[in-house]
Amino acid sequence: MSTVASLTRATLAKDLRLEWRSKDAINSMLFFSLLVVVIFSFSFDPTAEESRQIAGGLVWVAFLFAAVVALNQTWAREMRNQVLDAYRVSPAPPNALFLAKVVGNFIFVTVLQALMTPLFIVFYNLRALGPAYQLPIVAALGTWALVVNGTFFAAMSLRTRSREIMLPLLLFPISIPALLAMVEATGAILTGEFSARFWIVLLAAYDVVFTIASLFLFGFVLQAE
Amino acid sequence: MPAAVIVTDLVKQFGRFAALRGVTAEFAPTRLYAILGDNGAGKTTLLRALAGLMPPTRGTISMLGTTNLRSVCGQLGYMAHPSLLYDEMSGMENLRYFARLYDVNNADQRCADVIRAVKLDPSLARPVGQYSQGMRQRMSLARALLNDPKILLLDEPFSNVDVRSAREMVSLLAGLRDSGKTIFVVTHQASLLEGAADEFVWMEAGQIVNRTPGLHATSEAR
Repeated sequence: MSTVASLTRATLAKDLRLEWRSKDAINSMLFFSLLVVVIFSFSFDPTAEESRQIAGGLVWVAFLFAAVVALNQTWAREMRNQVLDAYRVSPAPPNALFLAKVVGNFIFVTVLQALMTPLFIVFYNLRALGPAYQLPIVAALGTWALVVNGTFFAAMSLRTRSREIMLPLLLFPISIPALLAMVEATGAILTGEFSARFWIVLLAAYDVVFTIASLFLFGFVLQAE
Repeated sequence: MPAAVIVTDLVKQFGRFAALRGVTAEFAPTRLYAILGDNGAGKTTLLRALAGLMPPTRGTISMLGTTNLRSVCGQLGYMAHPSLLYDEMSGMENLRYFARLYDVNNADQRCADVIRAVKLDPSLARPVGQYSQGMRQRMSLARALLNDPKILLLDEPFSNVDVRSAREMVSLLAGLRDSGKTIFVVTHQASLLEGAADEFVWMEAGQIVNRTPGLHATSEAR
């Protein structure tokens, strides 16, 4: 266990260093999200009340699409110079690589959310009428749901010819329950019309199930030709 | 002395194409093998199968007395045609990371030692992406040596390396063989290994067609 933790830390540190130097993922995600915020705000021009109704869907769809960019970058970096083979021939456990990638993507998407949320608030005149302290919980659970599945399916589509297309095709359908829970929970908190508790519990359960399943299956994905 | 590697009836198919067609061979320990053959002969596929990167369609590989290659992967060193290095990091940063994967003791010292062994400077801060092709090849060899492996699998280690550096690499490999390692070198530059390799293994159409102690003997035998 300590080996997995130590290798996860080493791989995460390496990934953060690579991203810091290249800024491939964060720049693409930021640019994409910024476009979504600006284009939607000019297209719809909603009232404050309408904004609260649609913001949950808008925010999470923007983050979902932006996350796909980061997810593709994560593994593309390992395919350059076939570095992934160096990991595969080593005695390092596959789960350490998977966990490092998930945590790395979680950090990237969280940074994106931290930068984009103030813009969403300004452009859509948002104010939570429900318990605002639940928003960070929904954000954390929702982001984890996106990145754990996204990292797994990005690894699965790694050796396919059109992996940029393949990832959304695999990821979006399986993310629908999580996306629904994120949107409903966020909507509930912003409008204050109903409790978000059920959706938060659903998100947490989704995260547990898919994290365990991904950890169990990732070894097979990594060693596949 | 028991064989370091035993390959029995090894078949590797990609769809309908068989890259390896029933390869059977034994390789003794502490020897340097040069694996030769034309493009498409199956050399790289054989090396990748030995590295555990490509499960065979049929047949078995026994390495260091076990067919469970995962259990001995810590004792293998693998150098592929691509560098297996991160372009954005320096050589030392790359090796430090891979040292963690192999749980190498006294990692910084070991990384510096193997970098010096391939005649590079450990203090070079430039990212690997800015290295010349030859420097990248040597750093890639350093990465393969990092865990002090018992078996070294090297795919085209001399490609794009100037003759003087290639000769230095050959004498390094001969020294490693003398220190007890078993080395497999896939190469198109067989003449570089003349006098250093213990055996030349010729492959053709996915099979080993000849094994002889000298390059010219091999050529004549063919």
